Amino acid sequence: MSFTAAVITFPGSNCDRDMAVAIETITGGTVHRVWHGDATLPGGLDFIALPGGFSYGDYLRSGAMAARSPIMQAVIEQAARGVAVLGVCNGFQVLTEAGLLPGALLRNAGQRFVCRDVVLTVATSQSLFTSGYFKDQRITVPVAHHDGNYYADAATLDRLEGEDRVAFRYAEPVNGSQRQIAGVLNTAGNVLGMMPHPERMIEAAHGGSDGRVVFESVLRAVGVAA
Amino acid sequence: MKVRVHVSLKNGVLDPQGRAIHHALEGMGFAGINDVRAGRLIELDVADDVTDAALDDMCRKLLANQVIENYRIEKVA
Repeated sequence: MSFTAAVITFPGSNCDRDMAVAIETITGGTVHRVWHGDATLPGGLDFIALPGGFSYGDYLRSGAMAARSPIMQAVIEQAARGVAVLGVCNGFQVLTEAGLLPGALLRNAGQRFVCRDVVLTVATSQSLFTSGYFKDQRITVPVAHHDGNYYADAATLDRLEGEDRVAFRYAEPVNGSQRQIAGVLNTAGNVLGMMPHPERMIEAAHGGSDGRVVFESVLRAVGVAA
Repeated sequence: MKVRVHVSLKNGVLDPQGRAIHHALEGMGFAGINDVRAGRLIELDVADDVTDAALDDMCRKLLANQVIENYRIEKVA
């Protein structure tokens, strides 16, 4: 059985194709493109990706409308069954709005849209998304967001750190995120949200391939033949 | 029934928009501004039989994100 993934497209998603290409290229698997208005996901999924973009024009709050779209109920169900779910950028915002991840993404502290390569440190290698990195490894991945300023109350931040659920941190100030958090995991460890775009850093032409490891790690964790 | 939902950021949550407005007002020469916080006003026109509980549900499930925001429901008429 080969690796099977779904990429969800919301109205205003714009990294969905990049995400699908990254998954196909790296895993050699099958990628289903799924529209947000669908009520069901294809069967037998190993991986679900929520891409970057500006779903619903960021109306109300970034990710707020998308989090209530029909497909999200199916995503929540699959996440509860242990399927690996990755949300990048707007996808991260959707995951927090849907309640799959704690916290919220506020407007960048500097008030500006930030679009550049940033250095991250891998905060844990003990996750199905980061097992191919080593802890404290410095990697370069691009960001492109206006609302990437991770916020949660102090008790939640302490819990995230205590439970080893911070996946990535910015190695430099980028957007005002609490404790420089760039990506967080859910309690079970099968849902990751991150503002940086690993799918945009997967080959030399992108300026590097540090992002590949996220997808390679998922593939290895799922344990299916590529 | 006209209903106004006032959504505001919780205390302690950084408000870059409010800060930008603050700086702009000072740049225009207005003095004595201690702080500016920007919120959101959502006006609803709902049937008279929509209950308070339903309005509250709308706020909790969509209109406000309680991780970062408070809300207040005001019935206008």
